[in-house]
Amino acid sequence: MGGFPILSVMLLVPLAAGLACLFMDAKSARMLALFATLVDLALGAVLWANFDIGGAQWQFTERAELFPGFSYALGIDGIALLLIMLSVFLMPICIGASWRSIDKRVGEYMGAFLLMETLMIGVFAAQDLFLFYIFFEAGLIPMYLIIGVWGGADRIYASYKFFLYTLLGSVLMLIAMLWMVNTAGTTDIPTLMAYDFDPQAQTWLWLAFFASFAVKMPMWPVHTWLPDAHVQAPTAGSVILAGVLLKMGGYGFIRFSLPMFPEASVQFGPLIWGLSMAAVVLTSLIALVQHDMKKLIAYSSVAHMAIVTIGLFAFNAQGLEGSMMVMLSHGLVSGALFLCVGIIYDRLHTREIDRYGGLSINMPRYALFFMLFTMASVGLPGTSGFVGEFLSLAGIYQVSTWTTLVCATGIILGAAYMLYLYRRVAFGDQKNADAAAMADLDARELLMVVPLGLAVLWMGVYPESFLAPMRADIAALEARLARAAPEGDSRLAMAKEKPAQEEHAAHEGAH
Amino acid sequence: MDWSQSLRLIAPEETLSIAGLVLLLVAAWSGDKASRLISILAVAALVAAAFLVAPALCAGAMGPETSAFFGQFRADAFASFAKILIYLSAAASLVIAPAFFERFKAMRAEYPVLVLFAALGMGIMVSAGDLVTLYIGLEMNSLAAYVLAAFLRPDDRSAEAGLKYFVLGALASGILLFGMSLIYGFTGTVSFTGINAALAGGLSHGALFGVVFILVGLAFKVSAVPFHMWTPDVYEGAPTPVTTFFATAPKVAALGLTMRVMLDAFGDQAAAWQQIVVFIALASIVVGALGAIGQSNIKRLMAYSSINNVGFILIGLAVATPQGASAMLVYLAIYVAMTLGGFVAVLMLKDENGAFVENIPSLAGLSRTRPALALGLAMIMFSLAGIPPLFGFWGKFVVFQAAVQADFIALAALGIAASVIGAFYYIKIVKIMYFDEPADVVKGESDIWHKIILVACVVFISPLGYLLAKWLGGLADVAAASLFFAL
Repeated sequence: MGGFPILSVMLLVPLAAGLACLFMDAKSARMLALFATLVDLALGAVLWANFDIGGAQWQFTERAELFPGFSYALGIDGIALLLIMLSVFLMPICIGASWRSIDKRVGEYMGAFLLMETLMIGVFAAQDLFLFYIFFEAGLIPMYLIIGVWGGADRIYASYKFFLYTLLGSVLMLIAMLWMVNTAGTTDIPTLMAYDFDPQAQTWLWLAFFASFAVKMPMWPVHTWLPDAHVQAPTAGSVILAGVLLKMGGYGFIRFSLPMFPEASVQFGPLIWGLSMAAVVLTSLIALVQHDMKKLIAYSSVAHMAIVTIGLFAFNAQGLEGSMMVMLSHGLVSGALFLCVGIIYDRLHTREIDRYGGLSINMPRYALFFMLFTMASVGLPGTSGFVGEFLSLAGIYQVSTWTTLVCATGIILGAAYMLYLYRRVAFGDQKNADAAAMADLDARELLMVVPLGLAVLWMGVYPESFLAPMRADIAALEARLARAAPEGDSRLAMAKEKPAQEEHAAHEGAH
Repeated sequence: MDWSQSLRLIAPEETLSIAGLVLLLVAAWSGDKASRLISILAVAALVAAAFLVAPALCAGAMGPETSAFFGQFRADAFASFAKILIYLSAAASLVIAPAFFERFKAMRAEYPVLVLFAALGMGIMVSAGDLVTLYIGLEMNSLAAYVLAAFLRPDDRSAEAGLKYFVLGALASGILLFGMSLIYGFTGTVSFTGINAALAGGLSHGALFGVVFILVGLAFKVSAVPFHMWTPDVYEGAPTPVTTFFATAPKVAALGLTMRVMLDAFGDQAAAWQQIVVFIALASIVVGALGAIGQSNIKRLMAYSSINNVGFILIGLAVATPQGASAMLVYLAIYVAMTLGGFVAVLMLKDENGAFVENIPSLAGLSRTRPALALGLAMIMFSLAGIPPLFGFWGKFVVFQAAVQADFIALAALGIAASVIGAFYYIKIVKIMYFDEPADVVKGESDIWHKIILVACVVFISPLGYLLAKWLGGLADVAAASLFFAL
């Protein structure tokens, strides 16, 4: 790529387009937003194509000493690359989802979304601690506006809750960052990732970061902002919230908590396992009794994120890769599910599950895609959901068998609530005349769900494309954690080097 | 130290005094019809004074050669930094005034003259090298300010504000004087350097009482909790341009003065007063934030916001390090821009008859009726809340950085956690402007000067401000170094 600052360009394109959208009428704002997000998607593709797998850990680095105390430093490794890809992939779909359903203040809406894209990419690309914090926190402003201005009936409460909850979570992280920088004498993230903080101090630092990431993730019991925010946000807002914003929590753990505070991470491992176990079981049960489709998917997100955290805190390559795969898969699948809800919401203006029924009769194409995403959410082999969940559970099995046992029930409960949802919406009698009269997917909606469906299948059938870029980074992280990693209780007889693929095949029948 | 040297060092004060006296004569002879001309000349005098003090800041002036009149007056980089902020905010308060007062047919020639004298007094405050200079500067500023608060004579609220300000200000001055007399009694000197030397062996009980009384008097002036009660009433009652002035220039002056007294005269005894400042800082943050939540008048809300911000600034004082002082100055510069922008935006809220709107519910749906104004105000609100990437975040960042560097981790953690309370009412304003249905009250046309100042402030507090952060931080470092040099 030579000296072309591709990451800066990826940040600038949506920012410039977003500012321009503020001054445009509805039609041109939509076109410009779509164009800008597609340009960013193309740039993302270039980024992926030029990413040198097995090359330097940090690629496409840029650095400018613009500010006092911190610098404008960008750069990505395989983990960041994949999350950036997820963001730029979902953005055009979000714009498409808002094409018709948003008809008031379109320019401002598109502006907020494009600003959001800039900030998301910035979070994943930042290589400076404070630059990361600025991007991380700044995301609150556009999301607050998106929920508050274009949200549902109870949007004000939801937007306040979202804003204050996440703000309270992350301010303490800033103090921890200031302390780290003061101690280590640098704001450079790669340097800090190799810096050994005093284990005593790590405990406090870890807790401060945990407060932020646990809220963002969200982990039980600080997840309560999520169902409110999801339900009230417009469709595209939910897609981006579930698809990318939740991943910032996981990214935070994998980028900061684990490599910077390995001892503290291990020390708090049981806490995470406990919270994750509670989350998987409780939120799955809560999801089972929801009447609101978005709320159901929101609770399922919390359960899936718990699978991410147990994978991360398994401290081995399998678990870490698994959690990354769950994050990517969940980004696609929950985004797609919110989109599916949005599609029928646009027609009937209700998210009440009972108001639908028998949609497979009048909307066969819709039912097909909805089924695909439902299965992916359940974790059916062949879809993206399976790979990540399996790897995560296999990873945690090496460390804590009890956690595996409890968390694996999440798969069963997940199947229960998702299939129950699907049955009530797509099968059965067409009990409501208005729901029975809804038209099937049109071309615009197909253009949104088909790429998502293909990506879900691709990730399920050939996950190697996604595992390859991050393998070296995960291995480096595992090596970093090795000195503190706990002794497992599973007493594996087989060698740990045994390739995951074989185990994969052995368990497939049992699943 | 000869007289000519001393007179050179006080050139900005001379400029302002002469300009003030001449303009007072002009006002006496030509009356109110010359008020516009007098305003323009007063602004010119303030800008000229700002240019006169700038070289000392850029050159990083410090040490004996900046000390005039045998140490009574200091024209160092610290004073220059504060004076530039004071003069510029005073000039801005003059520029925005005519459009306001003309509506009440109350634009009088005395207004610019009073602002000039107040600015002169504030300049003396931040340059004070001993307790007597301090008191002269403080009273010179205060006497002008009392009149300004009551400037809108037909308005009962304005008269009430003036009276309250006077009574409580006089009380604060009295407490301050009492503290100064104790310090003089126990150290035998009024010069800051002398006090510092005399206290080198430790604080006697009497001197400790003196320090506490001085701190209380100064806390009144900076409106820090628990001596903040006058602020909302005075801010609400005073005419809006005067409130703008009160919220900016005197805050800088009083905080600058507090820094001077505490870090210079009592710098070696920091342990004695740090815990008081820690309490005042945290109490200001919390009370300022909680008090603002119930307000329905935007000027009262801004008053509580200023109390809240003073709390954050005082965290920099509590750590008593050069980094802390530098952080306070950076925060002050950003705070002045945010407050100025906020009050100018308030001035721009007019109904269809041109009457000024101060009621917060009337802002409902402002983003649809006046999108540019709403965007500006929303950015100021997010910036006051300290949400990145707006520049207000940087002020909080440097203050907390200084606190962490000085190992005040608990203070920093409590302060930043309390800032979330404050975020609630700032985002409430944004909610009212953006989420609510339009109330369609704000319709009036805005003055061109208001627009210019608002745009300038909003650009400064926008993420573009970070490009200035390095330069601003450098100047603040130099200024803080000059403050600590005297030790």
